[in-house]
Amino acid sequence: MTAAIEVERLRKVFGSFVAVDDVSFTVAQGEIFGLLGPNGAGKTTLIRMLTTLLPPTAGTARVAGWDIVRQPERVRQAIGVIPQALTSDPELTAEENLLLHAKLYGVPAHERRQRMEELLAAVDLTRFRNELVRNFSGGMRRRLEVARGLMHRPRILFLDEPTTGLDPASRSHVWEMIRRLRSEHQLTIVLTTHYMEEADRLCDRVAIMDQGSLKALDTPARLKASIPGHDIVEGEFEQPPPDWPEALARLDDVVEVQHRDGVFRLLSHNGARTVAALMELARQRQLVVRRVHVQSTSLDDVFLYYTGRALRDEVQRAAFDIGYLYR
Amino acid sequence: MKAYRIAALVERDMRKFLRSPALMVASMIFPLVQLIVLGYAFGGRVRNVRVALVDEDHGSEALRVREGLAALRAGPRTLQLVDYPNLPAAVADLRRGRVRAIVHLPLDYSRRLRHGDRPRIVFIEDNTDRFLASELIDRLTQFTAELNGPVTPPPLPSAVSLDVVELYPYVEYIQYLLPGSIAMAIFVVAMIGGGITFIDDRARGLHEGYLVTPVERAELVLGLNLAGTIKGLMAGMVITIIGGLIAGIPELWEPVRLLYLAAVCGVASLAMISLMFLTMVRVSDPLVPRAVFGVLNTLLFFPSGAIYPIEGFPAWLRWISVVDPFTYTVHALRTLLLKHSGLPAIGRDLLVLGGMSIVLLTASVALFRRQV
Repeated sequence: MTAAIEVERLRKVFGSFVAVDDVSFTVAQGEIFGLLGPNGAGKTTLIRMLTTLLPPTAGTARVAGWDIVRQPERVRQAIGVIPQALTSDPELTAEENLLLHAKLYGVPAHERRQRMEELLAAVDLTRFRNELVRNFSGGMRRRLEVARGLMHRPRILFLDEPTTGLDPASRSHVWEMIRRLRSEHQLTIVLTTHYMEEADRLCDRVAIMDQGSLKALDTPARLKASIPGHDIVEGEFEQPPPDWPEALARLDDVVEVQHRDGVFRLLSHNGARTVAALMELARQRQLVVRRVHVQSTSLDDVFLYYTGRALRDEVQRAAFDIGYLYR
Repeated sequence: MKAYRIAALVERDMRKFLRSPALMVASMIFPLVQLIVLGYAFGGRVRNVRVALVDEDHGSEALRVREGLAALRAGPRTLQLVDYPNLPAAVADLRRGRVRAIVHLPLDYSRRLRHGDRPRIVFIEDNTDRFLASELIDRLTQFTAELNGPVTPPPLPSAVSLDVVELYPYVEYIQYLLPGSIAMAIFVVAMIGGGITFIDDRARGLHEGYLVTPVERAELVLGLNLAGTIKGLMAGMVITIIGGLIAGIPELWEPVRLLYLAAVCGVASLAMISLMFLTMVRVSDPLVPRAVFGVLNTLLFFPSGAIYPIEGFPAWLRWISVVDPFTYTVHALRTLLLKHSGLPAIGRDLLVLGGMSIVLLTASVALFRRQV
């Protein structure tokens, strides 16, 4: 089976800013492939190059077997794209939006209606088919976008931040829909996200992207296994001595110690045993323990491990930027 | 290039247009208000102007003048005479704006008239208002001519006289303005439907949704411009009918002329929407079309001859009128509406507007970026 997408040393430079730096990867057919990273990591630029909206500065990619630079029309016909901005026309009804899109793709007249019925049902919008999109909630609009992107039966679907700005219920609704569509339509799906949970629960493989380049690429499970330790023990102490990180590192099962803003993070093979040993050590050294917290490794830890920065901080910093898109 | 994609884009625009009557109403209100206000403000006769009369003569001939002026007041009601005892008081009130002009009969008016010694009536005008002053002078010149009437000697047999023949029935100013208002309606549609909505859709990301489809840039440009043309044609014809009824254009419903009018509105819409599209083809800031609206309006409307003849312009302004689609639109519409001429008289306008559209659209396709 050939790959759905092959990306080869793709690079995009805006002026002196390198948005995407020498990125290469392959997406297998039928895969849900996630690009995980904070805003400004280059995810959207990468997607825009793959969907022929931006020409690459260097490198190339083949999408559905077609070259994105030399055969952009072929690529466009083969893919469905749900851009980050909501692109359905608010002054048209759900039906009109879907039919217009089908016409732009040259879907034969007798098939348009049938596909529309199927997809409206699939995204649970049949009841609102004649409603103006202007009156839709964010989640409804997002679902309509997905239906629209599928009207021409593409083989590959690109979703740029499909759940940004959605409440948790709408988000899981979208996830469920994406999984179902994949199995029903034999789709290959590429999505970008800055939600760890989304990448973890939805994607077969996740590429961690930061500052324009890929930092890691694997299944969520293997990514989590790839960082030292399986558990994270976080602790805060009152006036820790200077040799405290070294002391912690000598504890049993501890693989690595990170220290930032007074918080010590211990990557451990066995969280429970490490906590016990940690408490004992603190008692011996007469150190007051303010807080201890154990958790199993999440993709957030993976992100932190590979980029040296916590994704949630990045996301929080970018929250203002995202907000304006969904006003 | 696929016709079905262009048709789909046109269908989208027409659905939106017919669904929200705001654009239609907005495109009609501005030109109609302009037509009515300008038409009646400039087209009417001057009335009830307060004019001071300083009669220092008090003679029998002065009485004749007074009676004549009173007749002007009773008939066309041009003047409202206010008596002043002396000239300084009248001049003071003229400066204060309490009266708009002074008619002064000097002390020796009757005597000079009787002796044939060049009798004079003095007219003192407030020449800051040239329009009013020239209107009053016209009236009073006519009036003095009437005073002299019976004693005017017959012209010498060798004197050249000018016979004026009016080719068309009297044209009211509001009728003269109507072609400009129709062109303005088309312009407003091009501006709102072609400029503002286009940039807003782009800013809202709607274009990205089209750009990921296989639609070609020529299809996008043609689809959007064609939809704009249909909207402009509709607005133009609605104003032609409503404005024609208001201005009292004779034989408005004559079908062949309506057909020609529709042809002019259609080609004019295409030219104006293409011009707007080319102006906006690389713009992404929604404020830009709103900011240039007034400038474009002034730059295109006034040099077109819609309210003042092009022959009165300085050379540089004439050049604007040469490349201004308004000029040809107004000329063609005026030819059809006021002169009731046929196709040969508007052929050149149609060709120029069509040629402009082709050039502008070609440039738009070349400059349109099929990227985000």
